[in-house]
Amino acid sequence: MSTLHTVNKSPFGNGALLSCINHCKPGDAVLLIEDGVYGALAGSVVEHAVITCAPSVSIYVLEGDAEARGIGPAKRLPDVQSVGYDGFVDLVATHDRTQAWL
Amino acid sequence: MSETKKFLYVNRKAPYGTIYALESLEVVLIGAAFEQDVSMAFLDDGVFQLTKGQNTEAIGVKNFSPTFRALGDYEVTKLYVEMESLEERGLGPDDLQEITYEDEDDDWEEKPSIRIVSRTEMADIMADQDVVLSF
Repeated sequence: MSTLHTVNKSPFGNGALLSCINHCKPGDAVLLIEDGVYGALAGSVVEHAVITCAPSVSIYVLEGDAEARGIGPAKRLPDVQSVGYDGFVDLVATHDRTQAWL
Repeated sequence: MSETKKFLYVNRKAPYGTIYALESLEVVLIGAAFEQDVSMAFLDDGVFQLTKGQNTEAIGVKNFSPTFRALGDYEVTKLYVEMESLEERGLGPDDLQEITYEDEDDDWEEKPSIRIVSRTEMADIMADQDVVLSF
């Protein structure tokens, strides 16, 4: 039993990403979408929180949203995996529930 | 088809700055008609929705905090409030209004609907649901 969490707000003006991370269970996945993709940036103040949860929680970023904001693979934390819209659908289908952190 | 699912309504927003909190309460009250196993979670700024002493007279919007006390009549009797979220805001359980329900399985005894839980317990509650709706 696992949960897909989606985060669509920048972690620099909103606590959604940190709250999400603090409520994740091992085996869950976090998908960063829309302004949430800023949470994938390497060297940011939330980097530590993301890296710390990454061993037990898979972190994904929606490729189109990241590219749109200039967050290419080189700017991202290596722990963050990239998915397209098809991968988004797969994540929804392979987890038991989806929880949006608005 | 009478399969009951576990629904959790997650509230993370303060009551009057945005419409989320009021809309959540409206959806819960409407959804209550579908006889599912409904719980509500209050964390982060969502804990401000349940505080005592709200008076919206001067801002010209409805004070909907008393409406939470009607939830028991709709069989919504599990209001989980995260202790860490309260503490981070300088609040404690005593700052919340009293919300009760009458337990039909226990001679209609009046019982508290608000259950204070830890962050870890809240994560467990979230992971135990069939459907999570966020506001």
